[in-house]
Amino acid sequence: MKLTLRQRQILWAYIFLSVSLLFFITIRWWPTLLAFDISFRNWNVFQGSGPWIGLANYERIWEDLFRPRSAVRAAFSNTLRYVLFGVPIQLTLALCFALLLARIRVLAGFFRAAYFIPFVTSLVAVAFVWNWLYAPQMGLINQLLKLIGWPTQQFLRDTSLALPSITAVAIWRSIGFAIVIFLAGLQQIPDIFYEAAQIDGANRWQMFWRITLPLLNPVIVYLAVLQTIDFLRMFDLVQNMTQGGPLNSTTTVVLEVYNEGFSSYNMGYAAALTVILFLVILLITVIQLRVLSRRVEY
Amino acid sequence: MQAHFRHFILSLVLLISLLAASCAPVGTLTQTSTEASGEEVVTIEYWQYNFGVRVTAMNELIAQFEAENPNIKVIHNSDIPYDDYRNKIAASVPAGVGPDIATLFYGWQPAWVDAGYIVPLPEDEFPHEQVLAEFSPMVKASFFEGKLFSLPTAVRTLALFYNKDLMASAGLDPEKPPRTLDELKEQAVQCTVKEGDQFKVYGFIVNPPGQAHHWFREVLLRQFGQQPYSDDYRKVLWNASEGGYQAWETFLSFERELGTGVAGVYQNDQDGFLAGEVCFHLDGSFRLGNIATNAPDLNFGVVELPEHNGIKSTFGSYWTHGITTKAAADPARYAAAIKFLKFITTPAAGKLWVGITGELPAQLEAASDPELLADEKLGAFAAGLPYAHSTFFVDESKDRQAIIDAYDAVVLNNADPRQELDIAVETVQALLDNFWSSRQ
Repeated sequence: MKLTLRQRQILWAYIFLSVSLLFFITIRWWPTLLAFDISFRNWNVFQGSGPWIGLANYERIWEDLFRPRSAVRAAFSNTLRYVLFGVPIQLTLALCFALLLARIRVLAGFFRAAYFIPFVTSLVAVAFVWNWLYAPQMGLINQLLKLIGWPTQQFLRDTSLALPSITAVAIWRSIGFAIVIFLAGLQQIPDIFYEAAQIDGANRWQMFWRITLPLLNPVIVYLAVLQTIDFLRMFDLVQNMTQGGPLNSTTTVVLEVYNEGFSSYNMGYAAALTVILFLVILLITVIQLRVLSRRVEY
Repeated sequence: MQAHFRHFILSLVLLISLLAASCAPVGTLTQTSTEASGEEVVTIEYWQYNFGVRVTAMNELIAQFEAENPNIKVIHNSDIPYDDYRNKIAASVPAGVGPDIATLFYGWQPAWVDAGYIVPLPEDEFPHEQVLAEFSPMVKASFFEGKLFSLPTAVRTLALFYNKDLMASAGLDPEKPPRTLDELKEQAVQCTVKEGDQFKVYGFIVNPPGQAHHWFREVLLRQFGQQPYSDDYRKVLWNASEGGYQAWETFLSFERELGTGVAGVYQNDQDGFLAGEVCFHLDGSFRLGNIATNAPDLNFGVVELPEHNGIKSTFGSYWTHGITTKAAADPARYAAAIKFLKFITTPAAGKLWVGITGELPAQLEAASDPELLADEKLGAFAAGLPYAHSTFFVDESKDRQAIIDAYDAVVLNNADPRQELDIAVETVQALLDNFWSSRQ
């Protein structure tokens, strides 16, 4: 049984690939699949097992949705609001900044880095700094508001302002990533399209609307899907800024998963919540890919 | 092509088995071995989370214990940070490793017992009458369904910290801190300094996520004649009488009517007091070390929690030691674990502990030491031991959250205080119902 050189090369390629595949299977996929199993059990953390109880965890989630002041209901509606506010605002802003950054030549590297820095900063550090900026009495933002004679705000202690305040931080923190991807997308568009359009007498607005935007579509789809998933999994900022309060106004599904699983030890319930979140993410992603993706060719 | 595929599968299998071999458990660390002398040496493992002074204190206790019991060796695992402690313990059990004796927060005990992780302490070794007589009454929380499950070396209570400089500049006598609830209200108002709508000095901040929720449950309610839970801990009684509502109104009054502080202005409960911007502050003895390191120049004193209607009360809590099912499975280790547990819960151990950690001895004999009671800072905490209550929590964080939410609803959204207390009671009652129904 003699293998040709090419066969051997392929074989070794598979062997090397299988190392990381093994990692993914044992460390990521297998535990992920286990979460589905745990969601059907009354799981005991200390015993690492538990009796099968069918859909009881899901039924409890369903019941909890209709309780007065339900944290789970708040978690789902808040998560949706994070996505609905966060994603469109972030993408629009990122595209504007990317268009501006694509034009400048002087200090271009500096500006790009400046926008990207928040993205490489630890989320916990970001949360602490913004906590101080938002502080009700001594916070910088309130000091500035006072300076221009506007009424001061409670921000994170205000049930209607807390969620937008955290959304703003989330946008600020990851906008750099979106900008970089947009810049790469913009560079992919050949200049001849613009030159041809100019000869045909198109104005700037028409060029943006007819050339830039359609050709950026794959980038927009990619970013929309990615950022939606990111906002759906919102956790670190909320945990470090408000712990989900005041009155559940900022809590998210992942935060509830964490609280149920690691502070109340209802692992089955927490697993059922993650399964639901998984299905929601799957559904939204499929819809986004279907609706947003269109092939544009010139 | 087939050979190619077979080769591929073979290498895959080889790799998997290699990986599996490297992941296999190293084997339990705690095995009995025989020394040259022929006497059996029993090794037991003790776990606590990493907290500098406690590790030092326990190392000393272990050294003493091993000197007295040469045939028992104690492995001290204190490498786990607090945040990971419960998860690591939980993960260690299915893996067949982990402690024979573990230190746990008393509030976790119901969950640990419910999970079958710790075993009842044998009554012939730890007679219930003796425990009840010799330990601070808060240690009652270590009993569950008539059985004793754990014992502490040390306990903590809440007391009132006061900033002497701020009191003096407000025209108050810094040597006469508030002794009653009414005095606290009065002095807190007098100490508060505002410039326009901005606070310069907060008189007294009621911050429910900090220690204040304990103050409501175990202190204010009792002082207004309402015990917080039924004796068997099956009913929440916060709103069972007019007194309960009065306690709640008092709890809310500092922010709503007296305007002595705002909940949540500081990231951590104690930040304002450490920064010298808060006059009066509720906290535990564990904060003393924190102040000594971070605000060594703070001119402050500590006094017992203010009384009301002639009733003194404080909240007590403690880290306690339990014996695990792992130890109970092996007679030699079980006997050694019992010996060790007895050793670390004597008055002498408590005395050593308070000297190193500043936590109060759990045994009343050591806690009523005149020297300790006369201590300028620790005295107020020690004085609280005879009347301290600890709460039986089935889920501390959710119980606390119910109070935080009720407080926020009233203070932020102007909801009706009575109705909000009722909702909180309903929420916590559901937690208790759920817990007890699963135990039948």
